[in-house]
Amino acid sequence: MDKEILRSLQEAKAQWETLHGGKAPLIMVGNATCGRSAGSQAALETLQKEIEQRGLDCHVMEVGCIGLCYAEPIVSIFKAEKPGVVYDEVTPKKAIRLVEEYLLNDNPLPDDALGTLGEGSIEGIPVLFESQVLKPQVRRALHNCGLIDPTNLDHCFANGGYSGFIKALDMTPEQIIEQVKLSGLRGRGGAGFPTWRKWQFCRDAPSDKKYLICNADEGDPGAFMNRALLEGDPHAVLEGMLVAGYALGAQTGYIYCRAEYPLALERLRGAIAQTEEQGLLGDDILGSGYSFHIKIKEGAGAFVCGEETALIHSIEGERGMPTPRPPFPATSGLWGKPTIINNVESLACVGQILKNGAEWFAEYGSKKSKGTKTIALVGKIQRSGLIEVPLGISLREMVYDIGGGCPDGKKVKAVQTGGPSGGCIPDELLDTAVDYDSLSAAGTIMGSGGVVVMDEDTCMVDFARYFLDFAEKESCGKCVPCRLGTKQLLTILEDITEGNGRPGDIELLEEISEGVKAGSLCGLGQTAPNPVLTTIRYFREEYEAHIHDKECPSKVCKELIHYNIIPELCVGCRACLKVCPGGAITGDVKVVHVIDQDLCTKCGMCYEVCPPKADAVEIIPGIPVMEKA
Amino acid sequence: MTEEINLTIDGIPITTRAGTSVLDAALENAIYIPHLCHHPDLKPVGACRLCGVEIDGGRMTMSCLEPARAGIEVVTESPEIALVRRTAVELLIANHDMDCLACAAATDCELLRLSAHVSVQSERLERLKGLTELKPVDNSNPFFSFDPNKCVLCTICVRTCEEIQGVRALALINRGYETVIGTFGNKPFIESVCESCGECVVRCPVGALAPKRFQKPAREVQTTCTYCGVGCGLYLGVIGDRIVSARGDRERPSNHGQLCVKGRYGFKFINHPGRLTTPLIKRNGEFEEATWEEALDLVAEKFSQHKGDSFAALASAKCTNEENYLIQKLTRAAMGTNTVDHCARL
Repeated sequence: MDKEILRSLQEAKAQWETLHGGKAPLIMVGNATCGRSAGSQAALETLQKEIEQRGLDCHVMEVGCIGLCYAEPIVSIFKAEKPGVVYDEVTPKKAIRLVEEYLLNDNPLPDDALGTLGEGSIEGIPVLFESQVLKPQVRRALHNCGLIDPTNLDHCFANGGYSGFIKALDMTPEQIIEQVKLSGLRGRGGAGFPTWRKWQFCRDAPSDKKYLICNADEGDPGAFMNRALLEGDPHAVLEGMLVAGYALGAQTGYIYCRAEYPLALERLRGAIAQTEEQGLLGDDILGSGYSFHIKIKEGAGAFVCGEETALIHSIEGERGMPTPRPPFPATSGLWGKPTIINNVESLACVGQILKNGAEWFAEYGSKKSKGTKTIALVGKIQRSGLIEVPLGISLREMVYDIGGGCPDGKKVKAVQTGGPSGGCIPDELLDTAVDYDSLSAAGTIMGSGGVVVMDEDTCMVDFARYFLDFAEKESCGKCVPCRLGTKQLLTILEDITEGNGRPGDIELLEEISEGVKAGSLCGLGQTAPNPVLTTIRYFREEYEAHIHDKECPSKVCKELIHYNIIPELCVGCRACLKVCPGGAITGDVKVVHVIDQDLCTKCGMCYEVCPPKADAVEIIPGIPVMEKA
Repeated sequence: MTEEINLTIDGIPITTRAGTSVLDAALENAIYIPHLCHHPDLKPVGACRLCGVEIDGGRMTMSCLEPARAGIEVVTESPEIALVRRTAVELLIANHDMDCLACAAATDCELLRLSAHVSVQSERLERLKGLTELKPVDNSNPFFSFDPNKCVLCTICVRTCEEIQGVRALALINRGYETVIGTFGNKPFIESVCESCGECVVRCPVGALAPKRFQKPAREVQTTCTYCGVGCGLYLGVIGDRIVSARGDRERPSNHGQLCVKGRYGFKFINHPGRLTTPLIKRNGEFEEATWEEALDLVAEKFSQHKGDSFAALASAKCTNEENYLIQKLTRAAMGTNTVDHCARL
């Protein structure tokens, strides 16, 4: 073993201990993309300015995303001999208060704190990882996210980074594949194919050159697991790639990352440069004789490029279009050479498996789905965020315990998993386990881990329309069923939501969906009808209401609702009358207002401006009676 | 000798060469498997999803991509295959500008063949939402037009241009339903690197790429292209004494059916009223029609007045190798000079 690396690891550990155990307070600001969009940059700059102006001796450190999106921007303050205190929604004003109260006056502001981190306790502040949102979680792929400076290789070293790879260098490729097999790791990108088996195919394929590709082309709407991981702990992915490259006998790795992830790309470039400098990447790594190089290929944002063969063509400089398999990339992939494509999260798991052992990895999970899964929990949910849960957890636990259910006391109507390729699961089936096979049995898929929660105000037909609109636009256009079928499904759904549904449309949707699923060339088309099929399966009555009764029960589809002013409640304030862009409202001061349904454009302005104490405007499902006549 | 293998298709014993696709094996044996993106000259892509078959009871697979293997049992129809075919064909037709009467492909249209094969019913088609507005037709090329409203995106044109011509003038542009065949920057054909060879037009299975003012000939005459020394074989399509079309002769070893822009589209001069049909001799400053004897006598007489470097010969690329050989022989041996050149060098 290279002595220099051991020295580096020791030094990193010492440095980390000084940082956390030293006298100077340590301030961590969650400054990943999600934090930034919530205003973390302003909080960071305020903190830096305050500390400088007051001449305080503090370390300010930018960290990645800890996953509590609903609470961003998040700032944690570690003072000597005390646990860290995590503060949520830190505005510049709150940042100044933190400096004044906690840094200068030693008042941890328990009412403003979210929780404590690390050993010890502070009165009045709960332990963060004991909270409802974090307790059910098992953070493995994300274990460093939000807790280390992702631009600092030493932080990664101090927290066990690359120890899995260093261990792997003393093993044979076969032993590594065996470990991955024992761990039960299945591809985290969506399909859930056993990772070891894919590796074995590639390992066994005779070739002078082999490639490893890290698929970071995260494209599902509402999914951001991979982005958070790359931004918060890029080395975890690089370590997985190094191990995989060694096991496969690959010399070159590509990271195919979408260009819409500029921060992730910046972190990756930085991390690659650091590992190269450290001798962990490049020729003859740590004197082992193993050489591995990593290149980054920026994707231009095509959803279909997440599909293996399309991704390969994109790297080759061709149009990103899938080609039929076989041949599978494991035998003939990039430039015709054996190629393995692994998802970001799968690779992050690999380093962990090597470091902690296959049994450790498999201690969580269900029978056929081992380990943990990162999930982007979004939609109509109180505590949206990035979570990591043991596979086999129920959707109910995820949505209600971790996510806190829907905001404003609304009921959960359904949960969509797997993005546009997945399907929705109604509230009554939320006890379904989150694992590859259970979700598949319920008509949806695990996918890459996007979970969208819908409340009672969501129209399921409109929801299916949204995903079909996405699938239709992202279809590569190559094969007939996907190109024309998704368009046909979309047009029918649009007609239904616009009140032009015809009897027989549900059956037509089902028929075309089955044809598209069975006939499409790649996974995009084969799964694109899932949102339609599952919404019909579980919410058929909503489709029927749209088509037969010309009503949108959830009051979403504009053409299938109308507005009405309840005469008994109207106070005659003219608020709605003044804003109505169509001049559809008549009335006067203290005279009950009335909407002329012929002139009404259903913009909803009247509903918005009606004073809450009157609350006289109502939305009624269905078209106005006179229109029906 | 390529190895011959035996297999069955729908229970019928078939013999084919190893390496042939299941689809080609079927077609060669007069068993029709529906297809749209397949062309015998091109590599298979499996894009139209119509040629599905089941082999040895397995899942549906595209027969254009499946190599025929000895002993396999191929089934060309099953509920799943029928569902996929019907869905795809109905969707294609719903999105196709059914301008069949004025379509150049009317008598040889793959879409019509498919429609008949799956027995498309108009009441089923009526349920589907089709074309709402027509895209503009590209008429920029003088010889052929491109109508995106008839295009089925089989990419045979794209692949022909790439695999056969090596020009790569065409590609798929945009995504999803907006996908179209187009040139670099989606400019009109005439502004692209397209060489107007028309190889794509010949292979277009529908009428999307179609020769302008197409007329189906009454008869065809086998001949050799006169434009250059390659000697491409072609069939000229004739109505009365008028030439209306040209197509390459696939049996001719010099071109295997391929033609260039001149051979394929440059036949209009034949019936052109301004075409010279007899030699002209200038007498008293005016060209006058003459016989070949008169003209050749005049040339011979004039040639005899020159010898050596006062003479030079410039030969034509339209001549055959043999003719070019003779002109250099005449120049060197009879005229006594080495000053002989060829237009293709200029």
